[in-house]
Amino acid sequence: MRCIKNKIEHNGSGAVTLCPEEPEDMWHAYNLIRPDDILRASAIRRVTTVQDTGSTSSARVHLNLVIRVKNLDFDPQSSQLHVSGQIINETPHTKVGQFHTLDLELNRNFTLEKEIGAGGEGVGWDSIAIESLKDAVDEGGNRRAEAVAVVMQEGLAHICFIGQFQTILKQKIEMSVPRKRQGGGDHDKGMNKFFKVTLETLIRQMEFNTSLTSGANNEAVRPVLLASPGFVASGFQKYIQAEASTTTPGLKRLLPSLVVVHSASGYTNSLSEVLQSPAVKRLLADTKYARETKLMDDFLEQLRKETNKATYGPREVEDAVEQGAVGRGGGVLIVSNRLFRSQDVAERKRWVALVDRVRDVEGGDVRILSSDHESGKRLEGLGGIAALLTFPVIEPDLDSDAE
Amino acid sequence: MSRHRIKDVDYDDDDFYDDDDELADPEEQEFLQQCTTAVLQQLRAGQPSVTATKEEVQDALWHYYNDIDKSVNYLRGKREKEAAKLQKSKVQPVPAYPAPPSTAHFSAADFFRDCPWLNVPPHRKSEILIEPLYPRLGLLGGAPENGGKLSKLAALAAARKKKEGEKTPSLSDTSTPSTPKLEQPTSLDHSGTSSSLRDRLAASGRSSPKAPEGPGSLRRLATPSSSSHPIPKRPEAETKKPSVSEVSGSMQRMVLEAKEEPEPEQTVPTIRASPSTFASTIVGAATGPTAAEPSHLHSTSSDLLRIYGQDHAEPFDFAAPSPDDVVLNAQNTAKGMKSKSAASKSAVVKKGQSDLADGVKEFSVEDKVTVKSKNLDVISEYKKSTRKRSANFVVIGHVDAGKSTLMGRLLADQGAIDQRTLDRYRREAEKIGKGSFALAWVLDQGSEERARGVTIDIATNQFETDKTAFTIVDAPGHRDFVPNMIAGASQADFAVLVIDSSVGSFESGLKGQTKEHALLVRSMGVQKIVVAVNKMDTVQWDRERFEEIEQQISAFLTTAGFQDSNISFVPCSGVLGDNISRRTNDPHASWYTGRTLIEELETSEPYTHALEKPLRMTIGDVFRGGVQSPLSISGRIDAGSLQMGDHILIMPSGETATVRSLEVDSQPSDWAVAGQNVVLNIANIDPIHLRSGDVVCRPSSPIPTITSFTAKVLAFEHLMPMQVDVHRGRLHVPGRISKLVASLDKASGAAIKKRPKIVGPGVVVRVVVEMDQAVPLEAPTRIVLRAGGSTVAAGLLE
Repeated sequence: MRCIKNKIEHNGSGAVTLCPEEPEDMWHAYNLIRPDDILRASAIRRVTTVQDTGSTSSARVHLNLVIRVKNLDFDPQSSQLHVSGQIINETPHTKVGQFHTLDLELNRNFTLEKEIGAGGEGVGWDSIAIESLKDAVDEGGNRRAEAVAVVMQEGLAHICFIGQFQTILKQKIEMSVPRKRQGGGDHDKGMNKFFKVTLETLIRQMEFNTSLTSGANNEAVRPVLLASPGFVASGFQKYIQAEASTTTPGLKRLLPSLVVVHSASGYTNSLSEVLQSPAVKRLLADTKYARETKLMDDFLEQLRKETNKATYGPREVEDAVEQGAVGRGGGVLIVSNRLFRSQDVAERKRWVALVDRVRDVEGGDVRILSSDHESGKRLEGLGGIAALLTFPVIEPDLDSDAE
Repeated sequence: MSRHRIKDVDYDDDDFYDDDDELADPEEQEFLQQCTTAVLQQLRAGQPSVTATKEEVQDALWHYYNDIDKSVNYLRGKREKEAAKLQKSKVQPVPAYPAPPSTAHFSAADFFRDCPWLNVPPHRKSEILIEPLYPRLGLLGGAPENGGKLSKLAALAAARKKKEGEKTPSLSDTSTPSTPKLEQPTSLDHSGTSSSLRDRLAASGRSSPKAPEGPGSLRRLATPSSSSHPIPKRPEAETKKPSVSEVSGSMQRMVLEAKEEPEPEQTVPTIRASPSTFASTIVGAATGPTAAEPSHLHSTSSDLLRIYGQDHAEPFDFAAPSPDDVVLNAQNTAKGMKSKSAASKSAVVKKGQSDLADGVKEFSVEDKVTVKSKNLDVISEYKKSTRKRSANFVVIGHVDAGKSTLMGRLLADQGAIDQRTLDRYRREAEKIGKGSFALAWVLDQGSEERARGVTIDIATNQFETDKTAFTIVDAPGHRDFVPNMIAGASQADFAVLVIDSSVGSFESGLKGQTKEHALLVRSMGVQKIVVAVNKMDTVQWDRERFEEIEQQISAFLTTAGFQDSNISFVPCSGVLGDNISRRTNDPHASWYTGRTLIEELETSEPYTHALEKPLRMTIGDVFRGGVQSPLSISGRIDAGSLQMGDHILIMPSGETATVRSLEVDSQPSDWAVAGQNVVLNIANIDPIHLRSGDVVCRPSSPIPTITSFTAKVLAFEHLMPMQVDVHRGRLHVPGRISKLVASLDKASGAAIKKRPKIVGPGVVVRVVVEMDQAVPLEAPTRIVLRAGGSTVAAGLLE
């Protein structure tokens, strides 16, 4: 995302103009835009006019509409963001107060304005918003690191795109592969068919051009992680090699980027294990995902040790912060960004205040995890918020309920 | 009559012009007169000049409202028809043959044939009667003796005859009106030329007294095609056909004649006139035999006709829709002469077509397979059956402990696998440098398994001892395939834990899957465990080693929840086969006096299963059984019973299917009950609705599908709200622990601590698990929760 214009005031009100450049920017926009914000974007609206005679005619007109956001609808699979709200600017074709749903499009600027009302009913550009804006605006332009992961087991494969901020399950392949039987070759046949379908799907999803002639443009191929328990992934790799050397030589470009790793199952649950493997770490060391996964693992490790230096759940974490346990010297607050997406303004304010307190007052570290990543999902399971503490905190429950 | 004429005349005709008034006014009379003469002139002038009486002409004129041309045409047509009729009536008395019965054939011998002194003695006659009446058609081309069918040659001859018979009349029919006159000679000529001795004989068989009877009996024989022929031709065609049959009939008679020397002319009895009064007076009683004889021949001939009637009809039927017939039929219809039989024939054809269409429809559209249920009372059937006691056991242990080899040895020793196959495996295994894996190949059938020397999926196999029929479930030991092992363990009544006794391997196994497997089978309800301490040969049957292992393992198993009495240890060697089904000969092992492995297996008690509960069966595999059973599922029936023809419901897809047939332990059976390993060949379902892990139940008592459940589990690892894989038999779905409800006291089950943040290993905890997809699960059932490749908890659904 490019920042075209930034006019954020000190009090937190103001507007930015942004230009989304890649699909993931839509996800950023989804995190930035909140209900009650004012969004200006170009739109196509079907306008129906009624003549005096009663005959109607409708036309599609390009408009620049300003709406007050009511609702957001994000489709992660296709990276489309639909923002619906009431129109607040007068145009020749629309009236104030009419509803419109803006579809944000790539390479089309939009302006987002957040305001703080006189009574403080709005939240404006708070610290979280500014941080996610920073995340969104790709200054170095080097944030392309992403990978494709195929997590598979016999008869099941998930093709995921691992991006900077989100993991998108692009396609799930499920096939019934006959089990091994006395003297039956059905299993091998079934596996071959399964590999075939998986490869076809993978190529389609990656938009990988298998024709030889396109080899000239040698666009960098993203790393493809093949993960499975047992030998399925290596079997798949062998299958791709065989295909490359026989039927589709265009696949040869893909071969160097294949990485076979181990996973416990063919479900997306095991993606975290995939990303922990040394081979993948080397490839994706710098991605946010890898950092987040590591953080979550550290946290769970701490939790497992039962040192009481880790806690989770909204109330518990707030308690710990209250006691000053999430402070300098190792205190880390881990928050899922889903909490900030809450429709409830008070809810958001609560978490923003907590984050601000940890960061500014306590001096602790704050990590905001993307809820669309595997690590974020693990955090979701813990209530969306967790903390690594600087000293053990006796849980209030334990006090009251001690044996 | 005159009422019609009113139309003709003007309306100014008298009102009192009566109906029965025959008098026309003179003007009209004169006009009629003129017309009549005109018509007569035209008739005479026309190409085939036709004569007509004045009355006829006037009648015609009246009918055609004094239209001269039409009248002329009508009269011409009438003449033609009459001519045809005339010809027909001419043909009829001369049915088939130019030779009149009374002329050349009338020999003296024939005349005196019915004289008593020439007659056949009754005993000889009886012989003739005993002789098969059906003609030996062999003379005309080797027809079968049973006389059912006409030989090909005979049929061909008959067909050709018929065609020739048809062709001439059809030609004449389409030609000008003058041809009918020619027709008779041609047909006569034709039959004259074609007539051979046999024909003549045949014709001789047909005599004037018999002639009137002919058409009657022939009607039966007349095929629809022949009856649809135009009338003038019909007698001709008919007479032809009988002559064909008569040919062979007469042949038969000739054979008879050959036997009956004294009467060469016996074959023409019907030619005789009925005995005169004089003759009958003289002969008296002799009339009996004579009367008997013609009647006998009559019956023969009628028999022949009857027999041939059918057989002739068949070849003729094929010839029937010939192009000629089509043309003729069309002409008949156009002429309005379509006979009733033709109509009925077309109806028959139509009916035949619709029958055919129905048949085709049934044939192609029908894909529902209906299987008749025998409606057995399966449970009483089961109680009646005298099957051997059966037991399923799962073989578990750390990877490379020698599970598959041990079981391969067991199967080989018990004769469940023949030596030849074993030798082949040995050869092939040595070829790829894995000679020691030969026995394991009995169970490791997959190509990948053999190449890597690792069991990947469970394999089931059967063998029988004197007392028990065992089903082996060989589970993989590798940690990646624990899900498969869980599937195997869910099918087992008891377990055989294989332990590698060699130095180092035992220790690593104890940390690895030895422990996990043992915990898993225990948590899945297995009570009895046989510990096979394998590879004892590698430690020279060291007693101390065995006892060390025994001590460690039994301590562990006791903590895992096995009772001491249910744990037994057997030192053995899978590769050598020592202490498996025979005692070891190794002198170092003389200290062991306990049971061999097979003896230990036989001590297992019979297991009871929930036969009366609603049907539940987890699908283990979906595969193509073969040509006969394109879709099969296998698994073990958890509860209830099943029989052929049952309708089953597959959950969670909710689709129904029909059980075409089923196999219990690879043997076809009509029914199956809980505890048995079955293969169901099913129909009426799309395979897309079947996945391993789905549950088969009855439509009347379906298993509920749920997305969230509460379970009481024993934690093997730390539990917190986390993502887990839920396993139940083959079922494997992702889910997450959303809540730790409370940690529980192991003994009493009372809550110790509500909402714990985390629970450590060994704690019993009540958890809420949520899943992304609806899953067929119902309480009480045993589930296993795994995460990150290790088993984190196992327990009971509540």
